[in-house]
Amino acid sequence: MQPFTALSAAAVPLRMENVDTDQIIPARYLTAVTKDGMGAGLFSWIRYHPDGTPKADFVLNQPEYQGARILIAGRNFGSGSSREHAVWALTDYGFRCVISPGFADIFYNNSLKNGLLPVTLEEEVVALLWDLVEEEPTTTLQIDLRSQTVTLPDGQQHSFAIDPFRKICLLEGLDDLGYISSKEAAIVAYEARPTY
Amino acid sequence: MGKTLFEKVWDAHVVAQDEGAPAVLYIDAHLIHEVTSPQAFGMLREQGLTVRRPDKTFATMDHAIPTRDLDIALWPADAATQVRTLRENCEAFGVTLWDINGPIQGIVHVVGPEMGVTHPGMTIVCGDSHTSTHGAFGALAFGIGTSEVGHVLATQCLLQKKPRTMAITVDGELGTGVTAKDIILAIIAKNGAGGGAGYVFEYRGSAIRTLSMANRMTICNMSIEGGARAGMIAPDETTFAFLKGRPYAPQGEAWERAVAFWKTLGSDADAHFDRELRLDASQLQPMVTYGTNPGQGVPVTGRIPLPEDLEDPAERRSLLSAMEYMGLKPGQAMEGQPIDIVFIGSCTNGRIEDLREAARIVQGRRVAGHIEAIVVPGSKAVKGQAEAEGLDRIFQEAGFEWRGAGCSMCLAMNDDKAGAGKYVASTSNRNFQGRQGPGARSLLMSPIMAAAAAVNGRVVDVREMLR
Ligand code: SF4
Repeated sequence: MQPFTALSAAAVPLRMENVDTDQIIPARYLTAVTKDGMGAGLFSWIRYHPDGTPKADFVLNQPEYQGARILIAGRNFGSGSSREHAVWALTDYGFRCVISPGFADIFYNNSLKNGLLPVTLEEEVVALLWDLVEEEPTTTLQIDLRSQTVTLPDGQQHSFAIDPFRKICLLEGLDDLGYISSKEAAIVAYEARPTY
Repeated sequence: MGKTLFEKVWDAHVVAQDEGAPAVLYIDAHLIHEVTSPQAFGMLREQGLTVRRPDKTFATMDHAIPTRDLDIALWPADAATQVRTLRENCEAFGVTLWDINGPIQGIVHVVGPEMGVTHPGMTIVCGDSHTSTHGAFGALAFGIGTSEVGHVLATQCLLQKKPRTMAITVDGELGTGVTAKDIILAIIAKNGAGGGAGYVFEYRGSAIRTLSMANRMTICNMSIEGGARAGMIAPDETTFAFLKGRPYAPQGEAWERAVAFWKTLGSDADAHFDRELRLDASQLQPMVTYGTNPGQGVPVTGRIPLPEDLEDPAERRSLLSAMEYMGLKPGQAMEGQPIDIVFIGSCTNGRIEDLREAARIVQGRRVAGHIEAIVVPGSKAVKGQAEAEGLDRIFQEAGFEWRGAGCSMCLAMNDDKAGAGKYVASTSNRNFQGRQGPGARSLLMSPIMAAAAAVNGRVVDVREMLR
């Protein structure tokens, strides 16, 4: 897994609540048998007209937000389907961090397994960030995982919580498999027990 | 202090627990399907790993497959590739596959219980969020991402943080025409689509106890729509009667031991829940959703809320964007809303009981002229049973199309989709934008409400047809 330590980047304001994984990546992109190229389908219904031309008013299509690495969305982000394709689409597009007042559980877990940092901040802070990056799209946010902070250009800092175990995994780019496999003896012992 | 059902199942599956780390949780049954497994098998190949417990792994084909009787040569190329890939993977890694060409096939959450794979007290996962369905048996069952599918294939374990618990107590008696689907839609409308994040629900109370397994599965299925990864119902005689004699259920003396154990699983009287929610079943009405998340639902006699009724600016924003997408107006009554398409099926409501109830409404009536109506049974077994009971004829004579088993218009991965701007009365679980086709507008409801919408061409209160 790609490690995540710190990020200094521009952000896209997505003023939408309950962005479900069907919106992040519609089912018709799930027919792939690899992870490659998912970014093309990211938000495709809101991003493109039916004929495939970009919708000019969708924030991701606006020139000033090209190259942004942080997505700022409303609450309950990533709800619905368990499709990890949603995370692959975001990372393939270039996002490394999503900020929201709250994430759906499965999406949150999937993000952590792909080096995409989910940052939970208060509703008011998210609203403030939206205003800020809408006003000035070149605003750079600094995200530091070690100190668990988001720093605004004026020095204002907001901290976020993350499970300490998950933090280490992200910082060092470790995946779960190595950790689980280190418990092999315990797994073997567990399997030897009678069920009832 | 006593333990909850969830805690009993969780505690019994912790293989290892380091301080400050998530638990290593043992998984008793792993269900896989063609869409979320290919990259996980790819990971096994890349790392030279095997499937640790092929005997605990079961594969179905349901999401991508067309539900019209079609030779695979005529399928869209990518769906055919996924089905072939799953075949190759199951063959190579020794996993049981319920193939589309075999006698056992259908939606993973319909087939698993049908085969008796799902037992009380188990941990069950699948790369599909509606794995919560299996919680109806008192199992801890939840959806996982593809990376986690790979971890379970390789180790039969998952690294999991312990969730919190929420007791949802539904007491009282349901009125005529009010169903399990209405209970769960009412719960989500009350608690919000994200209200269960971080929790496992336990449904309890007298109204839950009287429900059939099919109805309990409908409720647990939509736990994820309320934000909870899992929903559970304590096993009882209804559960045991359902399971007895199924292919993967314990047999003989093992059955007796299993039942004795299963009876100990219910939450203790002094168990503590982190949150509690109560609902009076006798106050419930048939529900309909009007928006683009499953929490945006009202009783059929109700109206869409006005933005000024909502205090929370985020809720207001959600309502307005939903109205724009749905082409509906705040304050509008739901009764009378015209419908274009009716979809009866999915892992929420594609079981034989659902089809029987819907058929009772449809019998002797005709689908309204402009309506396109389809019934997609949840599995081949459901389809066969329905045909033995003559339900297929009732539906077809009324003007419904009778399909093969699969997910179909629940997620619109293939041609089974609704056109842009069309209103779909759907028995599935998600009314997300574009879920049933780009631009399609889903109204979620129970099978009898959907059947009533089909014959009337609009949303009606099914109770009027039952009087
Ligand atoms: S029927 Fe729908 S919700 Fe159920 S497994 Fe299939 S796609 Fe998912």
